[in-house]
Amino acid sequence: MKSGSNLEKILKAGHFAFTGELGPPRGTGAEEVRHKASFLKGNVDAVNITDNQTAVVRMSSWAASLIVLQEGLEPNYQMVCRDRNRLAMQSDILGAYTLGIRNMLCLSGDHQKFGDHPQAKGVFDIDSMQLIGMVKKMRDEGKFLGGTEILNPPQIFIGAAANPFADPFEWRVHRLAKKIASGVDFVQTQCIYNMEKFRAFIKQANDMGLTEKVYILAGVTPMKSVGMAKYMKSKVPGMDVPDDIIKRLQGVDKTKVADEGIKIACEQIEEFKEMKGVAGVHLMAIEWEHKVPEIAERAKVLPRPVID
Amino acid sequence: MIVAKRKPFDEIRQLLKGYKKVLNVGCGTCVAVCLAGGEKEVSVLNAELDMAGKLDNTPIEIAGITIERQCDREYLEALDSKVGNYEALLSMACGAGIQFLAERYPQIPVLPAVDTTFIGVNQAVGWYEERCRSCSSCVLGHTGGICPVTMCAKGLYNGPCGGTNKGSCEIDTNQPCAWYMIYERLKGQGRLDCILEISPPNDWQNQIPRTVIQPGYSKPEAAAK
Repeated sequence: MKSGSNLEKILKAGHFAFTGELGPPRGTGAEEVRHKASFLKGNVDAVNITDNQTAVVRMSSWAASLIVLQEGLEPNYQMVCRDRNRLAMQSDILGAYTLGIRNMLCLSGDHQKFGDHPQAKGVFDIDSMQLIGMVKKMRDEGKFLGGTEILNPPQIFIGAAANPFADPFEWRVHRLAKKIASGVDFVQTQCIYNMEKFRAFIKQANDMGLTEKVYILAGVTPMKSVGMAKYMKSKVPGMDVPDDIIKRLQGVDKTKVADEGIKIACEQIEEFKEMKGVAGVHLMAIEWEHKVPEIAERAKVLPRPVID
Repeated sequence: MIVAKRKPFDEIRQLLKGYKKVLNVGCGTCVAVCLAGGEKEVSVLNAELDMAGKLDNTPIEIAGITIERQCDREYLEALDSKVGNYEALLSMACGAGIQFLAERYPQIPVLPAVDTTFIGVNQAVGWYEERCRSCSSCVLGHTGGICPVTMCAKGLYNGPCGGTNKGSCEIDTNQPCAWYMIYERLKGQGRLDCILEISPPNDWQNQIPRTVIQPGYSKPEAAAK
């Protein structure tokens, strides 16, 4: 065991993992976090706590992670390279681990231009690839990036993201290989809608032997509306939404669109369960946390395994 | 070259407020080439300042001179006999040139008329683009001659990130993704192995003022003290 986190145990035992996502509030107070967590508890193996996602200021990821932990839910602490230099990152990792955080997701971060402080100076002292390597060095060598020894090194299960759909497609699997070489333990993918392209990506990863070295969790976000699908297709960089998905949502009664979105997600999850090289699903039900119990139920991923 | 652009006129006037006799010092090198602070721009700005001063009854006596390079003592010397006649100096040189000017005449206020913008290239007359952040540790040998520090909005050393959008950067569809370009160029050269290796965390060298002393040279005794 590298970290002993629940997510690590589930994956190591060969169970099909199921993770969720929770965005911290744009303000103070634990209630909103606890409320969202209540829908996820027992339905997911770990929950990603986003770090100023879309470059909008929110409660810090480690703080919301701790609240979630108090609720009996395991956090997957996200950290982006946009807001911190290597000193701040390492000190936050020490603090997070000390207070019980065991999983981390290492990300570059959306550019600050998108957020509520577009004038901000982006840090990007190190990139996501280098962040993975830094956390691994802290864990496995017990050393800071600068080389000095760490007293009681943090034992973190190291995660990263992969976007199989962004250009250049042929390079994506090699970038995954680089993340594995950096030391990543698990990978959560960008929201998948183009199944054909994802199958091709996973096949490449299987052929290169990568899926034996890393746990890949397929990213799923149910479409709530036709508008959301169109927005994701045209406005979200690196997102690949085939027209078929939009047509299918348009083809049902207006009151049934969200239900159809969940249906599509469940069909995807069924396929991922059988797909060689896929170790689980990462469900990103954005501001739709209350739907997670229903989605988990319909996707037949309940009850979640309990491992001591 | 170093590219600059003239500050907004009102800002320049605000900086000059209260000074009645000013020498505008242009620079004949980079800022002249990029049409921001050479001889022509000095005379245009001076004409505008002169006219604006007359119009709102705050006349200013403004003279102009353009030297070859403000970042070079050899050329600054030509100003020694002149600057004493002015209350302030306005400089149209880059941030380096103006500081060297201010350093030479510490008793006289020196004010900037341009914003130094980047190290860039001349795409066409009047059209310049940034290419280098002078990070002091050039990786172009591995990145197909395309700088990820400058051209990638996140300065990633191991790109491309997940925001690449049909070859463009997530920040703007008109901004090409540096790492997409790097990939395409290296692929064309059969050199993709250059970016298969992980690029380690950068040893940032541009966090303190830098000095270069070329091999075979040394700081003169006087300057070293």
